[in-house]
This record gives sequence, structure tokens and C-alpha cells, in this order.
Amino acid sequence: MGRKLLLEHANVPGIESFEVYRKNGGYRSVEKALKTMSPQNVVEEVQASGLRGRGGAGFPTGMKWSFLAKPEGVPRYLLCNADESEPGTFKDRYLMEKIPHLLIEGMIVSSYALGCNQSYIYIRGEYMWVLEIVEKAIAEAYANGFLGKNILGSGYDLDLAICPGGGAYICGEETALIESLEGKRGNPRIKPPFPAVKGLWGCPTVVNNVESIAAVVPIVNDGGAEYAKIGIGKSTGTKLISACGNLVKPGVYEIELGLSVEEFIYSDEWCGGIANGKKIKACVPGGSSVPILPANLITKTAEGTDRLMTYESLAEGGFATGSMLGSGGFIVFDEDQCIVRNTWNFARFYAHESCGQCSPCREGTGWMEKVLRRLEYGQGHMHDIDLLAEINKKIEGNTICPLGDAAAWPVAAAIRHFREEFEWHVTHPDEAVKRNFGIASNHMPLV
Amino acid sequence: MHKMSISVTHNSTDQAEPQFSAERMVEVQRIINMFPEGKQKSALMRILHMAEEDFGGWLSVPTMNYVARLLDIQPIEVYEVATFYTMFNIEKPGKVVLEVCRTGPCMLVGSDQIIEHIEQKLDIKVGQTSADGMFTLKTAECLGACGYGPMLQCGKHYHEHLTPAKVDELLDTLRKEHSDK
Repeated sequence: MGRKLLLEHANVPGIESFEVYRKNGGYRSVEKALKTMSPQNVVEEVQASGLRGRGGAGFPTGMKWSFLAKPEGVPRYLLCNADESEPGTFKDRYLMEKIPHLLIEGMIVSSYALGCNQSYIYIRGEYMWVLEIVEKAIAEAYANGFLGKNILGSGYDLDLAICPGGGAYICGEETALIESLEGKRGNPRIKPPFPAVKGLWGCPTVVNNVESIAAVVPIVNDGGAEYAKIGIGKSTGTKLISACGNLVKPGVYEIELGLSVEEFIYSDEWCGGIANGKKIKACVPGGSSVPILPANLITKTAEGTDRLMTYESLAEGGFATGSMLGSGGFIVFDEDQCIVRNTWNFARFYAHESCGQCSPCREGTGWMEKVLRRLEYGQGHMHDIDLLAEINKKIEGNTICPLGDAAAWPVAAAIRHFREEFEWHVTHPDEAVKRNFGIASNHMPLV
Repeated sequence: MHKMSISVTHNSTDQAEPQFSAERMVEVQRIINMFPEGKQKSALMRILHMAEEDFGGWLSVPTMNYVARLLDIQPIEVYEVATFYTMFNIEKPGKVVLEVCRTGPCMLVGSDQIIEHIEQKLDIKVGQTSADGMFTLKTAECLGACGYGPMLQCGKHYHEHLTPAKVDELLDTLRKEHSDK
């Protein structure tokens, strides 16, 4: 079992309360940072740790922090992105539900590092009960002098509040999140200017994922160099993986980056293999937006080396034979699952979640959904498969935000690796309609 | 794409404007105070959630106008937001709204079956309300419970690891809870 930096105490009874959290070493990083370190020292430790954004993009957190503009007399804001909505991803919810004070502790230290006196957590609206857990923990932190004026007598002031979204995937995109936090529709902004220069209410703003902010706590406690010792190459530290789909033990796991994919899927310590004694057919290792991998490319790369749970190894082979670590939403498909049906399902998700601002995405995601639906229901044509690829090219890179790309990639990858299954749906329309597709439709004939 | 227009049939302006209780107004003020002066519009999302909770599970035009006045913003600024975010109901739903997650990971473990089971049980289709006005069935995109599916959301609660038997039990419980309201 690997080291646990975030979830070590997650199962201690009562850990959601300030008292128990504190007894288990909580808020040490706040004491250390505010009493013995300058804000710049904290930034340097985060840079030394090699921590990469845990929301999906994997951009180095320390570098993102270093871009923050610091004009005199203008407030700066730290926003925590808890709008976890990428299909397959439920790790941030787990962290906030189980151990909310870890996020608050991370927010205090990170806000101190960035010189913010007001920070916000933006949580997806469906997680309303999680909001209540975190809000209670925030009140406890205020009552114990870790938030508010003159924290621990250091002269540093910080206010922290939590705000809900309203059920829009797009608000996980940082500029849409900012718009939403301003009380508007979640339409992403054109960049530049980047939020680091002009973000919330026109002020310099940093937006970080829940897990990235939580990871700052062990980095400050033990030092960035110590954190960087875990992992391989540029994939340092631990990562929360939310495993789901046809697995024996789906759930949230904290792994040391560098664990082999094979061990993660099949070892009893982790997911325990494929459910119902079936074989694996495919895997989407980093949330619905990343390319799907067929069975032969999951545990091994195209070169035959072991595939590891790192940013680099999962991406090895580029989009031709690799994928991405993404958000850590690890979705496993068993041998009975229909790839066309799943691709259609994801396309429907993106069509539903497109904000409607850019035509290529607004129209393109809808077309892809329709074309995939007719393929799935046995009404497709051979040229539809190429049409999908064509629509893809028209969306990719032609939109303000990456939702368009995120919608295009999974379709392109599914066709790349499972083209014969798409063709089968065209050549066997009757069977495509009648066939049972795994557990999902044992009792549900498709009509 | 999101809901584009406010239905005039279900949502007319001749209803009376609702009002938060004195106790809730304290909460409204607390939320407004989270933001710097002049940025009270940021409180909109949270207050709309509260308004739905207090005023019958949906946002009527009078409700939205009331919220606009509370925050000192134009009504159109509230309509824009209410029609963009899928969580806000701009038509009156049943007493209990069931939202079943239908996205990939849930589908892999049987969400289609759960949806079909509820449709048969309540004799309605997705998007409809049962004849007794008790249940509205909706589907939702990924609710972040992928490892615990199939699942549905009802109000603030997640019901996970669903089976048809569990759904039956849940419907009975909800019916009892809400029958006298």
C-alpha cells in the first residue's frame, strides 16, 4: 500500500470536526507557514514539489501561481474549483465530504502564499449537502482563529466562503467559473487576458482544483523536495483516482503516481479486477474527455512497456495509442459493453453541456449526438463514420474554451480504436437494435 | 443546450410575489455579506436555490422578480441565470423531483434499467409528472457518484447503489413523507 498524504486520516471517526482533525495533526501547515515562512517561501516549496493541477489539465501549480499579477492596491482572489462534473470523477466530493478541514487548511496556506485576503470555494450545486459540511467546517475554523482577522496573531487576515453552482459542467472551466461566481451565465471568457491578470471582478485571480489545494498541506508540512520524492519524473506526489464502471471495487483511491495500471485494476489492494468475472474491453483513464484505450493498450503501451499511472506514461503514444491522466476519473468497460452506445452517451453529455456561445461547439456537439444516435439505433450509414471525423475537425481548436475539444476527442478515439464496431452497427442494423449490451440493458431491448 | 425560454403557460406574472421569512432574510443577508460591497449579484445562485426550496420547488416569474429586487439587479439578470442552469426549475414540477443520472459510468452499471423501472412504476416518461402530481421524473448528466451507481438525486439527497427493489422502497417512503404536504 502506498503512502497517503491526503486521505491518511479520512476514515478516523469524527475527522470532519475541527477538534478531531486538529488532534490528528491538522492545521500544522498554517502554523508553520504563517509563523516561519514568507508567502514567497510557500510558493517556492510548491514549485519545488512539482505539483501539477489535479483538475485535469496537469499544469504545474507553482508556475500558475507565479503568473499572478500583483498590482499595488488591487485585491487578489484565490478560487477553489469544486465544480467537479467530468463524468467518471468523484474524488473531490469524497475529499470534501470526508475531510473538509483539509481543503480549508489548504485554502488558508495557499491564500497566504498568493496574498489573498478573500477566497471562495465554488462547488457544484448538486453537492448541496457537501456544501453544508464544508460551510460548517469553515465556521469552526473561524471560531478557532484560523480564519478571520489576524490569524494566529500573524497579522494575516483571510475570509473564506463557499458558493454553489447550478448544474452546468461548463463552470468547471475557470473563466466560466468566474462568470458564474459573479452571478452570471457560465459563458467562458476569451483569453487573454488570463484570470491571473484579470479574473474575478476584473482582479488578478488564481483558480485551483480541490485536490491541488489540499496537496499544498503536505507540501508545506514536509517540504516540496520531500513531496517530489514520490512519483516518477514530472509526475510527483500522490493522486486521487476515482475508479468506476465494471470493477469489483469501484471507489476513490489515493495512489502514488507511478503505480502500474495493471496493479491498479487487478490487485485486491485497489480495484480488484473486472466485475462478474468478465474481461476488460476498454478503459477511459482520466474522465470522459480523454481518449478511450482498447484492451491491448491499457496495461501496456504500443512499445510493449508497462503502462503506469503517471501523466507521461498514460499519454505515451500521443492520441494515436495513448490517452491522458486527466482528472483521474478512471472508467472501465467490460467485454459486454457497446462502444458505440457509450460514445453516443458521452456525445449526448457534451451536447447537453455546451454553453451555446460558439457555433462550432453548439452545433457540432448536437450533430455528433444525432449521428451517433442513428448509428447506435441501426439507422446509420457507412459515411456517417467519416462524417463524425469531419465534424470533429470543425470543432477542435475553433472554440473559446476546451469543451469543444473535450467533446471531439472521445469520439475520434472511439472511431480510431473501434472502427469495426461502428461499421458493424451499419452492416447489422437489426442486430444493433436487438442486441443486449451488458448489464446496462439485460432487461431493456432497444427500440 | 440549455432551456431557452420561460414558458408563459405555466409561468405567468399574475401570481403574487412571494416573500422570505424573517429567519431566511438573516441567511440572505449573510450570503450577500460574503461578497464585497456592490458585488451582491454574486449571491444570486445561492439565493435562487433558497427561493426554489422555499417557494414550491420552482422559480416563477414573480419569484424571480422578488429575488431581483432583493439584490438590486434587473429582473432580466435573474431570468438569464435561471434559464441557463439546469438545476433551476422554471416550470412547476411535482412535489417530489427524481433526477436519475444517465451518463456513461452510471449507464455501465444499469441506469437505463432504473429509468425504465421508474417510468413503468409511475406510468410516466422522463420529463413528465405522475397523474397525482406527486413525482416528476427527470434525467441528469453526471452527478459525481460514478462509483456508486446507479443513482438518483432527490432534493439535497443522493440515493446510490440503486436496484429496482430499492427504488420501490424509496418511492413508498417519499410518497408517505409528502402525501400530507
